[in-house]
Amino acid sequence: MGEVWTLAEFRHGELSSVSYELLNRGKNLSQKLDTALASVILGYDIKKEDIDELIARGADKVYVVDDKNLENFLVESYANVLIALLDEYKPDIFIAAATTTGRTLMPYVAVRKKTGLTADCTVLDIEEGTGNLLQTRPAIGGNILATIKTPNTRPQMATVRPHSMKPAIPDKNRNGEVIYKKYDESLFKTKSKYLRFIKDESQQVTVQDAKVIVAGGKGVGKEENFAIIDELAELLGGAVGASRDVVDRGWKTYPHQIGLSGKTVSPALYIAAGISGAVQHIAGMQTSENIIAINKDPDAQIFHLANLGIVGDLNEVLPLLIERIKEYKAKEASANV
Amino acid sequence: MKIVVPIKQVPETSNVKMNPETGTMVREGVESIINPLDLYAIETAIRLKEKFGGQVIVISMGPDKALEAIKEAIAMGCDDGILLSDRKFAGSDTWATSYVIANGIKQIGDFDLVICGERATDGDTAQVGPGIASFLDLPLSTFTSEILSLNDGKIKVRRLVEGGYEEIELELPAALTVVKEISDPRLPTLRGKLKAKKMQIPVWGPQNINADEENLGLKGSPTRVVKIFTPKVTREGEKIVVKDEKTLNEAVDKIMDYLIKKEFI
Ligand SMILES: Cc1cc2nc3c(=O)[nH]c(=O)nc-3n(C[C@H](O)[C@H](O)[C@H](O)COP(=O)(O)OP(=O)(O)OC[C@H]3O[C@@H](n4cnc5c(N)ncnc54)[C@H](O)[C@@H]3O)c2cc1C
Ligand SMILES: Cc1cc2nc3c(=O)[nH]c(=O)nc-3n(C[C@H](O)[C@H](O)[C@H](O)COP(=O)(O)OP(=O)(O)OC[C@H]3O[C@@H](n4cnc5c(N)ncnc54)[C@H](O)[C@@H]3O)c2cc1C
Repeated sequence: MGEVWTLAEFRHGELSSVSYELLNRGKNLSQKLDTALASVILGYDIKKEDIDELIARGADKVYVVDDKNLENFLVESYANVLIALLDEYKPDIFIAAATTTGRTLMPYVAVRKKTGLTADCTVLDIEEGTGNLLQTRPAIGGNILATIKTPNTRPQMATVRPHSMKPAIPDKNRNGEVIYKKYDESLFKTKSKYLRFIKDESQQVTVQDAKVIVAGGKGVGKEENFAIIDELAELLGGAVGASRDVVDRGWKTYPHQIGLSGKTVSPALYIAAGISGAVQHIAGMQTSENIIAINKDPDAQIFHLANLGIVGDLNEVLPLLIERIKEYKAKEASANV
Repeated sequence: MKIVVPIKQVPETSNVKMNPETGTMVREGVESIINPLDLYAIETAIRLKEKFGGQVIVISMGPDKALEAIKEAIAMGCDDGILLSDRKFAGSDTWATSYVIANGIKQIGDFDLVICGERATDGDTAQVGPGIASFLDLPLSTFTSEILSLNDGKIKVRRLVEGGYEEIELELPAALTVVKEISDPRLPTLRGKLKAKKMQIPVWGPQNINADEENLGLKGSPTRVVKIFTPKVTREGEKIVVKDEKTLNEAVDKIMDYLIKKEFI
C-alpha cells in the first residue's frame, strides 16, 4: 500500500494553516489504510520549525524540496518537481487544498500522470474491501453531491475545500522522517516568469481563507451602509462577502462575491445580512458550519439554511450587535488584567 | 494573433430540477446557455483581437445542440467555430475532456493564446483549463484578472490569488483562465447574429483530431461517478422576529449568546 500524501502550502515564506487541515483529513485515511501519512513541501528557505510543525500535526514523513527556483509558484516548475516525486515514491493518494495554487497545480499534474482528480471535495473516505478513495463533492451549483472514485490509476488525486475540516492539533512529541530532495536545473525551466505580488488591502483577509464571513446583500440598501458590514467583519476577525447584486452595483468588488459565479466558501461562521438566499448565492456558502441570517422578509430562502434567523431590519440589528460586541470585548479585556 | 477560446454549453442553472428517484438532472425543457464564466473569456479574446488584429476561434465539445453556443459566440464577435462532437466523447471526465479539446486545438494549429473560463457552472471543477494547458505543454496563468501587456511574443498578466494579486509573464503560445473581473462581456449584435446564422460550423470527430480511442469518453476517463445524491440543506434553526425595542434586544442577545457559545468572540 502506497502512502497518503498531502501538499503543504508554503507561500511568501509562510506555511499556510490549510496544510494542517489536509493532515487532519490525511490522518483519517492513512489510519484506515494502515499506511504512512506524508506531507510534501516545495519552496525556498523553508524553516526547520515549519517542517517540525508538519510532523507535530500528524505527518509521519515530510518530503522537502527547497530551491531558489521554487521561491514563487509557477505551475510548470512545481508540476515537474511533483511529478518527479510521485514517480519515485508512488503514493496511493495525493490531496491538496482547493486554493488558487491547488486548483492550478493538481489538474496540470493529473493530466501528466494520466490519473483522476476530483475537485473541491467536502468528504473523503475509504471504500471497504477495495481500499479505494471515495471522494464526495458538490456540483451543479451545490444542487447535488457526487461521490467519485479513481479505480484503476494511481495516485488518486483530490483537492479539498479549505475550512471543510479543522486543522490537526499539534503534538510536539511526535517523531517523523524528513527527506530532502534536490533536483536538476532542467526541471526548473519554465516558459513563464514571476514578477511580483501586490497585496490588496481591500482583501486583506480573502473570503476563501476566512474563518468568519460577514456578507451583505442588496438589502444593505446603499454603499455607505456597507460600513456596518465591514465593521462587524473586522470585530469578528473575518472577511466581507457580498451577493452578486451588490457587486453589480459596485458597492463591493468582485473578489468579495460569494456564489455560483463568485467564490465558494465554507467558513466556521457565515453571517448573511440582507441576502435573499437565491440558489446561486447558496451554492457558494451552504457548507458553512454555522449560518446566521438577518432579513426583514420572514419568508426569505436564506432562513432555511440558517442556524439562527433574525427577521428584522439589518440597519437596526447590526449597529446594536456591534455595540454589544464592543462592550463584551471591553469587559473581557478588563477582566483579564 | 490567433486566439482559441474553449466554451462549454451548460444548463441555465437557476431552474435546475433534480429527479428525486434517479438523483439525476432533468435536462428536458431546461434552457441551455454558454457557461456564464466563458463570456469573460470570449470578451477578453475579442478585445485582444480588436487591439492587435487576428482571429478568434471558439471550440466546444458537446452534442449538436452546442452549435447554438458556438453561434452565439460568433454573434458576439468571434470569427470561427469548431464543434467537437462524437458518441465516443460521451461520459468524459476532465482528463478526457481536456484531451479532446487539446487535440482539437493542436489541429487548429499555430495559435498564440488559449483562453478558458475559470470554471463551468455545472461540472464546476475548474480543471479543464489547466488540463488543456498541460496537454499542450503551455505556460499557464489561472484566475487571470487583467492583461497588462502583450508584446515581443510575451504576455504580462495579473492574477487574483489569496490576499492580493500576482503578476507573471508568459511566453506565447500560452494559456489563460480568466475571472469575472477581467472584463464586461458585450451582447451579440444583430449583424453578428446574421453572420452566425449563415455560417457552417465544422464538426470534428476522433479521426479529425488524431485522437487515440483509448483516451476518449468513459474509457479514457480515470474517474468514475459512483453515486449522485441531493444534499439536505435545510437546518431551519431558531427564528426570532423583531417587532419592537424589546424583541430587538432579545434578537441581539440571541446572536451574542450564539457567538459566545461557539467561541467566535
Ligand atoms: C448564472 C447566474 C449566476 C449567478 N451567480 C451569483 C453569485 O455568484 N452570487 C450571488 O449572490 N448571486 C448570483 N446570481 C444572482 C442571484 O440569482 C440573485 O439575484 C442574487 O443572489 C440576489 O442578491 P441579494 O440577495 O443581495 O438581493 P435580493 O434577492 O434582492 O435580496 C435582498 C434581500 O434583502 C432583504 N432586505 C431588504 N432590506 C432589508 C433590510 N433593511 N434589512 C434586512 N433585510 C433587508 C430583502 O427582504 C431581500 O430578501 C446569479 C444568477 C445567475 C442567473
Ligand atoms: C456531478 C458531477 C461531478 C463531476 N466531478 C468531476 C471531478 O471531480 N473530476 C473530473 O475529472 N470530472 C468530473 N466530472 C466530469 C466533468 O464535469 C466533465 O468532464 C466536464 O466535461 C468538464 O468539466 P467541468 O464542467 O467541470 O468544466 P470546468 O473545468 O469547470 O471548465 C473550465 C473551462 O474549461 C472549458 N471547458 C470545459 N468543458 C468544455 C467543453 N466541453 N468544451 C469546451 N470547453 C470546455 C471552458 O472554457 C470552461 O470555462 C463531474 C461531472 C458531474 C456531472
